[in-house]
Amino acid sequence: MSTSLDRLAARCAALLGPDAVIGDPVRLRTYECDGLTTHRAAPGLVVLPESADQVAAVVRACAAEGVPYVARGSGTGLSGGALPRTDGVLIVTSRMRRILEIDIPNQRAVVEPGVINLDVSKAVRPHGYYFAPDPSSQQICSVGGNVAENSGGAHCLKYGFTAHHVTACEVVTPDGEIVKLGEGPGYDLLGVFVGAEGTLGITTKITVRLTRVPETVRTLLAAFDSIESGGTAVSAIIGAGVVPAAIEMMDALAIEAAEAAVGCGYPAGAGAVLIVELDGPDGEVAHQFDQVERLCRDAGAFEVRVAADDAERALIWTGRKSAFAAVGRISPAYLVQDGVIPRTALPGVLARIDALSAASGVRVANVFHAGDGNLHPLVLFDDAEEGAAERAEEVSGAILDLCVEHGGSITGEHGVGVDKARYMPRMFTAEDLDTMQMVRCGFDPTGLCNPGKVFPTPRLCGEVPGVRKGPHPLVAEGKAELF
Amino acid sequence: MDALDALAGACADVRPAEPEEGVLGVAPRYVAAPATVEEASALLRAAAGHGLAMVARGGETRLDWGPPPTRCDLLVDTRRLDRIVEHAAGDLVATAEAGVPLDDLNAALGAHGQRLALDGPPGSTVGGTVAAGAAGPLRLRYGTPRDLVIGLTIVRADGTVARSGGKVVKNVAGYDLGRLFAGSFGTLGLIVSATFRLHPLPPARAFVSQTYGSAAEAYDAVHAVLHSQADAAAIECATAPGAGHRVDVLLEGVAEALPARSDRVASLIGGTVAEQAPDGWGAYPDGSALIETSVPPASLKDLLTGPHAATAALTWSASGHGWAALPAGTPPERVAEVLAALRSIGGAVVRFAPEDVRAAVDVWGPVPALALMRRVKDQFDPEHRLSPGRFAGGI
Ligand SMILES: Cc1cc2nc3c(=O)[nH]c(=O)nc-3n(C[C@H](O)[C@H](O)[C@H](O)COP(=O)(O)OP(=O)(O)OC[C@H]3O[C@@H](n4cnc5c(N)ncnc54)[C@H](O)[C@@H]3O)c2cc1C
Repeated sequence: MSTSLDRLAARCAALLGPDAVIGDPVRLRTYECDGLTTHRAAPGLVVLPESADQVAAVVRACAAEGVPYVARGSGTGLSGGALPRTDGVLIVTSRMRRILEIDIPNQRAVVEPGVINLDVSKAVRPHGYYFAPDPSSQQICSVGGNVAENSGGAHCLKYGFTAHHVTACEVVTPDGEIVKLGEGPGYDLLGVFVGAEGTLGITTKITVRLTRVPETVRTLLAAFDSIESGGTAVSAIIGAGVVPAAIEMMDALAIEAAEAAVGCGYPAGAGAVLIVELDGPDGEVAHQFDQVERLCRDAGAFEVRVAADDAERALIWTGRKSAFAAVGRISPAYLVQDGVIPRTALPGVLARIDALSAASGVRVANVFHAGDGNLHPLVLFDDAEEGAAERAEEVSGAILDLCVEHGGSITGEHGVGVDKARYMPRMFTAEDLDTMQMVRCGFDPTGLCNPGKVFPTPRLCGEVPGVRKGPHPLVAEGKAELF
Repeated sequence: MDALDALAGACADVRPAEPEEGVLGVAPRYVAAPATVEEASALLRAAAGHGLAMVARGGETRLDWGPPPTRCDLLVDTRRLDRIVEHAAGDLVATAEAGVPLDDLNAALGAHGQRLALDGPPGSTVGGTVAAGAAGPLRLRYGTPRDLVIGLTIVRADGTVARSGGKVVKNVAGYDLGRLFAGSFGTLGLIVSATFRLHPLPPARAFVSQTYGSAAEAYDAVHAVLHSQADAAAIECATAPGAGHRVDVLLEGVAEALPARSDRVASLIGGTVAEQAPDGWGAYPDGSALIETSVPPASLKDLLTGPHAATAALTWSASGHGWAALPAGTPPERVAEVLAALRSIGGAVVRFAPEDVRAAVDVWGPVPALALMRRVKDQFDPEHRLSPGRFAGGI
């Protein structure tokens, strides 16, 4: 008897052509995880559609068979959002990489979802424009993935996130229909689709806003004895009414790692370094840059380096941009955490992280988007040592608790995915989560579109909340998992 | 228990409605003004128990927008939800209840050198501004409520209180209901409080203005600034039948740099510089019918010269959003022609109009993804008791 996946494989081969369907177990393993490698599951089937019509046809075929499906862009997500289902189909957008339209008079471009983030900026740069969201992964991540994760980057402090730079999306709904979101009157369905982590449908065409390249960019690196004085400088800058394009901070351990990996030559003996970048019109930037430099010195910076040109700017950024990978030089293994706190809570929370680290013996290197309080603690451990991974996991989870306790968030940019669904109840009540899932019920009542992500417990659509008895029907059918 | 008793049991301030409190002629039976989120929740639960249809009322600046409700038993007045819950100046965020007038909020924030960068017409409440998705000229730089709301507390049709987002700007945990509720005009739930991302008040500002004889010159001026590195906070264009085409550019920034910046823009567009906002800055154009338009920058010339321009007074922001107003007495057939002309170059939604006009024209125009919108509505308000009939596609 053929299984539903067998039937789907045949159907998809007929719809998309045989070379667009992967069923070979060895090749399927290429897709078993995204950037969060601790969660793995080889997909039941991979398809590589080339058009919205093909995506819609696959989604309809999945719906007819009751088979779950997951979209995947470049697979750089860090929360397991694109983790496949062994019993499902992985819809990969890597053959949808055309920039369809560049419309400079309207400051827009229309791209397919598989287009690489940086390629958008490269294409419009000759016109003096760029695509503002700049996740560190921008050389490989896809715009479709950016939409799903509402990705930000170092410069989102001033320029905002993907949600602020996408004006319309063509979407294949879980019904297999192709609709346009973001145009015309009515609910801002685009607004909720962006950041929904691929659980509300698959975007097949994205209209992005293009941003004018600023007249001037100026960057400085300030070195401090301690994180506290670095934090003081950040507060002073924000307090002075300056909105830098970026403010990034690294602590001593993160600096040590970056130094070992890329020899970025940051000032010796720094307990913290701050990178501050300003951009905008010449006079405006010149004035505020002097102000920032002064505020850094007032806060106790013992050295301030100002980038004289693009090459020096790149050098300043090298250390920061390599920080994640660099900790590999000082630790056999590590977890990347992503949490947010109100910026003013920074000193207190960092002291608590220190205390956690001291009490558990687990080292934590801190790299963060200091301007918006987005922490990326890197929790170091030796995977050869028994129980070390669990201890690291515990410290990492405790850091999230600290974030929530201080009125922050369990994720600032990496998303919830499978990784943090279990933490959602720490931040939201059952009613909050139920209400969010009403949106999902509107879009995807059968729950086949990227199930098991974002929410710890699926909502049965149409059911009165709170009176559930026995296992959830979706769980019983194996269509969803509980954490 | 009858409905009034049930409502009174839930909320201290409940009374029979006055005849003049009708929403576009639909008279509610009761008016209730909850003072806390708990009261609002109990009120909506009681209303649900009696199957009452409700409309929320804030500052009444936009209560006459959209079609009349198909039913309205209960008017929920949000003005007693009037607390500024928190202003965390160091974090550039503030939380305010729905009934707080936006002007009051901005006055409080201004004392700390900060602002919520929503500059709609005066009189609006926080809740009404979010529900209407309203924003003024600053939308070019700062967007609309969907871009500035970072946390939202709502009461659902059944009285359940739910929250999304939080009080940090950077946050991707869970669905962003703030964006969904922005511009939903009370049809998904009652907004009871909102948390906003704030911006520093600019130390100085300057306006660069010029009125041009031709649409082509106005178009060139707008595009010259838009595609320059002038970093304008707002670019507005306005015209009226028989009048010139006016372009106003707002620059904000440090006082030390502003004169040079504004001189550059002035020479770019042949304009003059002023410190004060020009007359009518951010105001709706005058008329008895108001149409919200979306026309992209490349189509500005068509907007200024199309067949609608003989009747309509127009304002437009380089964000692509604008307004068209029609004088009293414009016959419905002419309004329909204006709408058709505007829809041939963009979008046009009738916000308010005399009853005979509203009844005769298609107020919304095409609504893409309407089926999906209805399904979302059915989840939030299965009995269609929240501002029924007031929204796109008859939602
Ligand atoms: C080294 C490194 C640095 C990073 N730095 C940042 C950073 O600075 N800021 C940041 O925000 N993130 C960062 N990330 C995370 C990641 O790169 C982003 O989340 C990125 O947007 C994911 O894009 P992707 O194409 O790889 O998506 P994938 O990982 O393939 O998928 C991510 C999610 O999007 C969904 N999805 C993909 N395509 C579609 C589609 N067409 N329609 C609907 N849903 C879809 C998937 O189902 C999944 O849920 C980083 C990751 C790495 C590995």
